[in-house]
Amino acid sequence: MEILIAASIGFLTMAGVYLVLRRHSYPMIVGTAFLSYAVNLFLFAMGRLTLDRPPLVDPAAPGYTDPLPQALVLTAIVISFGMTALIVVLALRGFLETGSDRLDGGPPHEPEAPGADRAGGPA
Amino acid sequence: MQLALIALVPLLGALLPPLAMRAGRNVCTVVTAGVTLAALAVLVAAAPAVLRGETVRAGTDWVPQLGLSFRFMLDGLGLFFAGLILGIGLLIIVYARSYLARSEPAGRFFAYLLLFQGAMTGIVISDNVLLLVVFWELTSLSSFLLIGWWSQAPEGRQGARMALIVTGGGGLLLMAGMLLLGQAAGSYELSVILTRGDIVRASPLYIPILLLVLGGAFTKSAQFPFHFWLPHAMAAPTPVSAYLHSATMVKAGVFLLARLWPVLSGTEAWFVVVSTTGLVTMLVGAWIALFKTDLKAILAYSTVSQLGLMTMLLGFGTPEATVACLFHILNHATFKAALFMGAGIVDHETGTRDIRRLGGLVRLMPVTAALSLVAAAAMAGVPLLNGFVSKEMMLAAAYDTHWAGLPWLVPVGATLASLLSVAYAARYGFGVFLGRRRQPAPAAHDPPAAMWAPVAVLVVPVIAIGVAPQLLAGPLVAVAAGSTIAAGSAIPVDLALWHGVNPALLMSVTALVGGVALLAIWAGLDRLRARIGAPDAKALFDRGIDATVAAARATIGALHTESLPRYLAVILATTVAVGTAGFLSGTYAPGTRALLPVGPPSLVAFLALAAASLAVVVVHGRRLLTLVLTGVVGLMVSLAFLKLSAPDLALTQITVEVVTTILMLLALNLLPKRTPLETGRLRRLRDAAIAGAAGLGTAGLAYAVMTRDLATTISDFHIAQAKPGGGGTNVVNVTLVDFRGFDTFGEIIVLCIAALVIVAMLETALRGAAARRLDQLRRSPLAADVHPLVLVVVTRLLLPLALTVGVYIFLRGHNQPGGGFVAGLVVAIALIMQYIASGYGWAADRRRFDAHVLLGAGVLLAGATGLGALLFGRPFLTSAFGHFDLPLVGDVELATAMLFDAGVFLTVVGTVVLSLARIARVEQRVERGTAARSSTAAHNGAARSGAGEA
Repeated sequence: MEILIAASIGFLTMAGVYLVLRRHSYPMIVGTAFLSYAVNLFLFAMGRLTLDRPPLVDPAAPGYTDPLPQALVLTAIVISFGMTALIVVLALRGFLETGSDRLDGGPPHEPEAPGADRAGGPA
Repeated sequence: MQLALIALVPLLGALLPPLAMRAGRNVCTVVTAGVTLAALAVLVAAAPAVLRGETVRAGTDWVPQLGLSFRFMLDGLGLFFAGLILGIGLLIIVYARSYLARSEPAGRFFAYLLLFQGAMTGIVISDNVLLLVVFWELTSLSSFLLIGWWSQAPEGRQGARMALIVTGGGGLLLMAGMLLLGQAAGSYELSVILTRGDIVRASPLYIPILLLVLGGAFTKSAQFPFHFWLPHAMAAPTPVSAYLHSATMVKAGVFLLARLWPVLSGTEAWFVVVSTTGLVTMLVGAWIALFKTDLKAILAYSTVSQLGLMTMLLGFGTPEATVACLFHILNHATFKAALFMGAGIVDHETGTRDIRRLGGLVRLMPVTAALSLVAAAAMAGVPLLNGFVSKEMMLAAAYDTHWAGLPWLVPVGATLASLLSVAYAARYGFGVFLGRRRQPAPAAHDPPAAMWAPVAVLVVPVIAIGVAPQLLAGPLVAVAAGSTIAAGSAIPVDLALWHGVNPALLMSVTALVGGVALLAIWAGLDRLRARIGAPDAKALFDRGIDATVAAARATIGALHTESLPRYLAVILATTVAVGTAGFLSGTYAPGTRALLPVGPPSLVAFLALAAASLAVVVVHGRRLLTLVLTGVVGLMVSLAFLKLSAPDLALTQITVEVVTTILMLLALNLLPKRTPLETGRLRRLRDAAIAGAAGLGTAGLAYAVMTRDLATTISDFHIAQAKPGGGGTNVVNVTLVDFRGFDTFGEIIVLCIAALVIVAMLETALRGAAARRLDQLRRSPLAADVHPLVLVVVTRLLLPLALTVGVYIFLRGHNQPGGGFVAGLVVAIALIMQYIASGYGWAADRRRFDAHVLLGAGVLLAGATGLGALLFGRPFLTSAFGHFDLPLVGDVELATAMLFDAGVFLTVVGTVVLSLARIARVEQRVERGTAARSSTAAHNGAARSGAGEA
């Protein structure tokens, strides 16, 4: 199981890093979401992996997993939502303001061929 | 603490003049003078002890870890300087009242002046060298404000900037020097450092310390080659020139040299650097002063020259020279301030400061002329005036000094400089007040007494000390010299008018006669000077500044490319490199913790996650598909949490997943639907390499940690205390609302801020360029039915059910998986679905609450719960709980942590609803625009087809 989780963290990080290095805002946002998954899993894994021992106090329970990383990750998940919402709106506003969703100051999005599943298009 | 008041009264008193200005200029002047008088009174109260040879100390620790303290000491040297600063300050305030035009904001001017006064007295009474540096920089700042007083004039702005760059930069050198000095001496307290001169001089840091401290002192005291800022500082109003740039601030450098004289002097390096710099400055300043035409420029360069004289004397390193220096500081402050104020009066009355257009003013303004002529004579060193006595002491000290085995060099240089100073003083006196009347200025007359009285007050000591130096100045100079040289013990000082016929007297006479003779051939000299030419310091300085700015621009231009991917690539590549270096330089042994078994479902989930991660890299150009894949990943992560004993995390992750997907869908509705694939194989390869390395690194790191056992952590305590201490069995929830409640409190505030920023960004998106672009966007043809009936019905039916589930999850949260975060998300999803299904308008009309209020209420509730603990004398956020027997429901446990959790719940609902609803509102505009346009298009189409038929 440890190998699977470690590999998952690796895949998520890889996808996240690759996407945040793109030139457009949307892949960058998705990239940060992937990095959030990776980081949350990583933090969670710092408490080590345990099966079937939820941190719910019960006299009959044989033991508990480490609750502290869980508490930290729980708030991290919610905060990453807040952060995602913020950068989504930032990207949205930037796009509406400039007509471009480029992050490297390059020329704006080239108009796409008609028929692409894109909002707008010639009236 | 009384001692600190000498500096603090003017500093705090600086607040008063702008207020007092409402009651008029006179009241304002009186208040300002009153502040200075109060500081002076504190000084006088401490003076008797100092004159007895004691050192008065006061203060307290500030940041002891840094060696920074708020300590003051007053000894002879401090008393001497503080007396000068406050005494002359008082005269300047009276003078400035008449000098400033009626329309000028005198309150602000006096505020700056007091700010300077406090900073300057702070320098001279600081016991801590770091505190001294703070005051030092404060004088540079207040000097900047005062030089740029007439900010409408470019000379004022440029002069102020130049002075700030030179003296402020010098202040940085000084700070570095003081830090090293403190290191070498083992203390930052002056009283300790002064006793450890031997240690400092023997330290390997001595030369750096010396050069850095001298850098600070020389820039402040306008020593060659940093002298050029002082003449440009003359753009300041004349009271400022008289006060800061001749009598006090420029002497801060000399003060520092005197203050650290016991520590730093006595070495070959000190002698060579300080006395040579002083001598050169003295000659260069006097030479330039001789040919300037602006009265204030003449006085400025003469000040440079006189400061050079003082520096040179301190550089000699003998007690006699130091006494001469201190005595000359006093004398120079009196006659030079008088001269400056006189020049200000001339400027005020005739409207010009050009010596070529002035002359014969003695008949028009006899009082001013008499006072200025006496002061100028003192500057020239005419007997029976104070300048003569100290200058002769200087010449005597110079006569005894051998420089690099050349016994004649310093005496000749000193005589030559004196000769030049006689010449420029004579030119000043003759050119302005005597001689022929050149400019027809019949209106020029003596100013009101309030303006010349301060000059007169300064001219009195010029004459009195000149006649009876030992009687009037002897004790003060003795105590100042005592604390400079011999750490408190008074040294015998003999200030005499007549020492008999000796070399110094001969040098003095040579200077007087030669100076007058030089003036006779002035015109020829001027031509000579014009032929020699000299580099224009200001042009050089400006070129230096321009080059610095260009270099800064080039650096910024290269680094600041406005390309986020490039920044991120640099950051990530660096992180990967650091991690790799760390891994390669360490050792690795496999962990010993037993691995958990893997079942088929886990394997399938992993494969799905891995496949989705890889796929998203490949197909990220198709944004909707990317979103779907992201959802898959989120789902798999939730499952992983569920499997690995973290039900709370699984619940949170899955609900957040839903909310995030809605958010992204809303945004995608407005953003382009595809990302153009990036060309550049090399770039993609590079990014893939960084990404691959990062993924490999994190995976390896996570694996390495997970295969090792965990030492005992605080978690055991949390588990043990959850029930007895926190009143709940869900340890994660108890941790969130109790053990680490303060963290959670911070988190919900962050959420709140994020929501408010979102509102701010979208609120203004409905205007301007953003709004115009919104109007051009069309609804996607794929969304044929905006509000599908099925969706509308289902969401409305689900709403009460979802709310109930939310409340249930909230209530059980303390003991079972759930809690405020999850409950808040569930409720928010139910509410947001109404917006999506039925439209913003419909939902907004039926909303009975304001999401802003929810946000505020949430944070307030959580905060108030925490504060409630304080009422019971417990720390912030301590929770209390108890069991209550409710009818029908039975035993119910209620904890204050529930209230806190309710705050969390409200904030989460508020954040999500507020941000998503705002995006929905923006979409509504597109929707309406599309509807309006399609009806117009239909109308036009109908018209066209009708025309075709016809």
